[in-house]
Amino acid sequence: MSASLSYIKKDSPIHRLSGSTKFIFFLIWSIAAMTTYDTRVLVTMFVLGVVFFVSSGLKWKDIRFAFLFMMWLIIINLIALFAFAPEQGVEIYGTRHEIVHLFWRYSVLWEELFYLFNFMMKYLAVIPVALLFILATNPSEFAASLSRIGVSYRVGYSVAIALRYIPDIQRDFHDISQAQQARGIDLSRKDKFTDRLKNSAAILFPLVLSSLQRIEVISNAMELRGFGKNKKRTWIVERPFRRADFAAILVAVIMLAVSIGFMVHNGGRYFNPFV
Amino acid sequence: MENKSKFTIKSIVAIGIGAALFFVLGRFVSIPTPIPNTTANIQYGVLSVFGIIFGPAVSMIAGFIGHTLADLSWGSPWWSWIIASGVFGLIVGLAKKAINIESGKFGLREIIIFNVVQVVAHGVCWVGVATVLDVLIYSEPIEKLVAQSLGAWGMNAVTTAIVGTLLLFAYSKTVTKAGSLQKED
Repeated sequence: MSASLSYIKKDSPIHRLSGSTKFIFFLIWSIAAMTTYDTRVLVTMFVLGVVFFVSSGLKWKDIRFAFLFMMWLIIINLIALFAFAPEQGVEIYGTRHEIVHLFWRYSVLWEELFYLFNFMMKYLAVIPVALLFILATNPSEFAASLSRIGVSYRVGYSVAIALRYIPDIQRDFHDISQAQQARGIDLSRKDKFTDRLKNSAAILFPLVLSSLQRIEVISNAMELRGFGKNKKRTWIVERPFRRADFAAILVAVIMLAVSIGFMVHNGGRYFNPFV
Repeated sequence: MENKSKFTIKSIVAIGIGAALFFVLGRFVSIPTPIPNTTANIQYGVLSVFGIIFGPAVSMIAGFIGHTLADLSWGSPWWSWIIASGVFGLIVGLAKKAINIESGKFGLREIIIFNVVQVVAHGVCWVGVATVLDVLIYSEPIEKLVAQSLGAWGMNAVTTAIVGTLLLFAYSKTVTKAGSLQKED
């Protein structure tokens, strides 16, 4: 469980930004990274992301596990991409420069390497900013920031409830699974796959029923306090926008504009160094 | 509790708790398979149960929020699959009317409806939505996506069939059946 990322309290220019700013920044940043496939834009975004991360005062050890895990996922993906379609790069960039032929249909191609590099950069461009968003945003501010960008406060409240009850449900799950294990129900690899699924139902059943009961209790409590009577509500942790907030959002918008600008300039999403 | 707003208080809470369950199950109880990004996800079994009990809006938003939070806790969101989770919740929730679990009846007919709907929903999500988005956003080659999405479809459909059906059957036993009271002679 220690592997799970969560808010780390610190005092830095990034931490002082309002939660809404960080959320909007993160959204715009991921849209920019999703649309483009231009190496120059992606590398710039990654470098900027690292700069922001360093300025937040967070340490490498805070993210080491998560980062290595993400890299592992990306590498598995890259291997699968190469295994299933070794000539995808040729299809995208339209030329074929072979470095060395391996066997059967597999060769090492400049185009394929470049495509795989870009694929990796697409993730790396977002990771530092996503990590910052998770590690430097107070979860209570998150619901407030959703309502600030125009999401109904009811949905914002759902998110707040989810964040509030994740640790409780985690503890419930742990308790139930220990109790069931004491009765001989096993979820580990020693059992057959289908048996494991059936066994998981034995753990899930009490968990789901207690969660349904919880829904009942919480919604009654909210009903009694008159939740949802007014069209708007205020948030105790909401912070007003300051100059730094506008500056941060401006940076993200410029990045998105640059990303779109390069797309128009290239006449497509790809930067093609081969022609 | 039917009031003028689209979201009753109960559905707001159900979304939150559903998302939290989805997060915990997805984060700590996944069984890996050899296919990248693909695990036997029992959280979809639970999400489908929420869909049948609370309806499509709840399971859609719960899936979307739960998956986003789970991905964020690893470091970076995989948007194409997050959106697919939301779509799965939406489609499977549409079976709520046909099944009517609150009547306490969950027999062979309901089991078949539930499983047909969930298999179709998984197909639409993983083979349809997730694949199309992966091509559009990440320009992944179709050969890899076919293997990946068929794998995800199969694994998730089997998981949901077992976990979802068992859970719904058990839940239906806790509901008081209509007309269960009998007049004494």
